[in-house]
Amino acid sequence: MWDPTMTPLIIKGIFETLYMTLASTFLAYVLGIPMGILLVTSEEGGIKPFKALNLLLNIVVNITRSIPFLILLIAVIPFTRLITGTSIGSTATIVPLVLAAAPFIARLVESSLKEVDQGIVEASLSMGASPMQIVTKVLIPEAKPSLLMGAAIAVTTILGYSAMAGIVGGGGLGDIAIRFGYYRYETGVMIVTVVLLVIIVQFFQEVGMRIAQKSDKRK
Amino acid sequence: MEHIEKQETQAIIEIKNLKKVFKVKDGQVNALDDINLKIGQGEIYGIIGMSGAGKSTLVRCINLLEKPTSGQVFIDKKDISAIEEKELRTVRYSLGMIFQQFNLLSQRTAEQNILFPLEIAGVDKETAKKRTAELLSLVGLADKAKAYPSQLSGGQKQRIAIARALANNPKILLCDEATSALDPSTTKAILKLLKEINEKLGITIVIITHEMSVVEEICTHVAIIDKSHIAEEGTVEEVFRNPQTEIARKMILPERDDVQTDLADQAYRLVFDEHSSSEAVIAKMVVETKCLVNILHAELQNIEGVSYGQMVVQFGDDDRGRDKAISYLKANQILVEEVK
Ligand SMILES: Nc1ncnc2c1ncn2[C@@H]1O[C@H](COP(=O)(O)OP(=O)(O)OP(=O)(O)O)[C@@H](O)[C@H]1O
Ligand SMILES: [Mg+2]
Repeated sequence: MWDPTMTPLIIKGIFETLYMTLASTFLAYVLGIPMGILLVTSEEGGIKPFKALNLLLNIVVNITRSIPFLILLIAVIPFTRLITGTSIGSTATIVPLVLAAAPFIARLVESSLKEVDQGIVEASLSMGASPMQIVTKVLIPEAKPSLLMGAAIAVTTILGYSAMAGIVGGGGLGDIAIRFGYYRYETGVMIVTVVLLVIIVQFFQEVGMRIAQKSDKRK
Repeated sequence: MEHIEKQETQAIIEIKNLKKVFKVKDGQVNALDDINLKIGQGEIYGIIGMSGAGKSTLVRCINLLEKPTSGQVFIDKKDISAIEEKELRTVRYSLGMIFQQFNLLSQRTAEQNILFPLEIAGVDKETAKKRTAELLSLVGLADKAKAYPSQLSGGQKQRIAIARALANNPKILLCDEATSALDPSTTKAILKLLKEINEKLGITIVIITHEMSVVEEICTHVAIIDKSHIAEEGTVEEVFRNPQTEIARKMILPERDDVQTDLADQAYRLVFDEHSSSEAVIAKMVVETKCLVNILHAELQNIEGVSYGQMVVQFGDDDRGRDKAISYLKANQILVEEVK
């Protein structure tokens, strides 16, 4: 029933999926963390209020977040070509993934940082901490467990998006599922890829939660 | 004139014409108005008032966590309400603060919490480490260096918070309801620690509280704040002995009002101080003047190790006997006043 020539293909798919997911998550965090921090600090009543910047960031984040991923995927093809030289394959998929995930991560980071007890921020201000010191020594370390939890959510969400990129030849398990399972009615391949995707999501979720819980000193 | 200047050189905190208005959705809140205060070097200064009176706002104006709407705040004669953000941060190194909710960094150990202000001030690692160890033993928690706040009791957390507030050798320690989350015996222990710090290190302490017992326990001076204004201010001795305002009387002698209301005859309030606080005086008075006395209300308070007493009494019907009794008491250095 199982076509043995599929096995190396599937293995390649797993690696492509992991590559896309992890690389996109990393790059999206590079963009999303500063955005999330600025969203919190520039807010009215924040540690460095800056109304115009806050408004701009909120607009950018809201607009990017409201575009469905599939549309974004196609809309940014020229930009993707400009950066990677191609619009198909897993490396090309990283570009729209990062663009879609960065604002999402900015929101995750924002909400984690906002959970930090305002009293602790206040105490730090009373000790003469600068806004930069508050970000690096108070907000981020205090929010660490919550940030890690957010990272687990981010990875799994990006993994889901990466599978969607299969529609435009994005590579990875999603691509295989669509090419073989959907277009060629090979149900076996479809099931295997879906199960693998579920396992990978579970794995990241579980590991992320464990690390987050372990790092939390509040209990 | 000279006298006034002399006083000014001793004031480590001076607040002039301070006003704080909060803008809220439906108008504004006058949290503080016309506040003038001088706090001397080495004092333990209590600020007491009902909930919402403006105590927290006032203490937060001292280190400018709250920016005054108008008025000035002088620390060591320097007007800190007029300086740049950057300079203000340096000034804050010398103003420690502790809070009702402790506000320790939850992801840092006790030791690392005390290190935190030293890191902020850019103290080198070696010195900081030594200082942390000193402070841990000062607050009696050397064995808890590696514990996280979640593993400490409320009293222990406040001790760590105190150690943290003292890390950069502040001149002033501000305490906003520092004992309000603690039980009575832990409160006593923390107050004792604060007193030791005041005596040993000469640090001026400002204590915000809504509990008169805290003021009685350790303060040298007290300001009573009522509806955004300072109602009364002075040494604890003066204010407790002879409260001038209704709110002060209410805070010091909460039950006194009830006593007065059902008085038919004229009643008198007798105030005892360190020279006279003994009920033996009353007994002797009865014997010597033959005037009978009816004690309606009596209480003794221990302030700074000296007993002060308040008593509300009525004297016998005979006017002459009453006059004699009053002069006898006055001769014995007891303050006598009519209760209206
Ligand atoms: N940030 C703020 N915005 C608006 N109003 C405020 C703000 N902070 C304080 N207030 C108001 O100012 C007044 C004084 O508040 P403050 O916190 O100083 O009182 P308090 O004496 O410390 O009371 P408590 O004993 O309950 O702590 C209150 O009416 C309060 O509602
Ligand atoms: Mg308060």
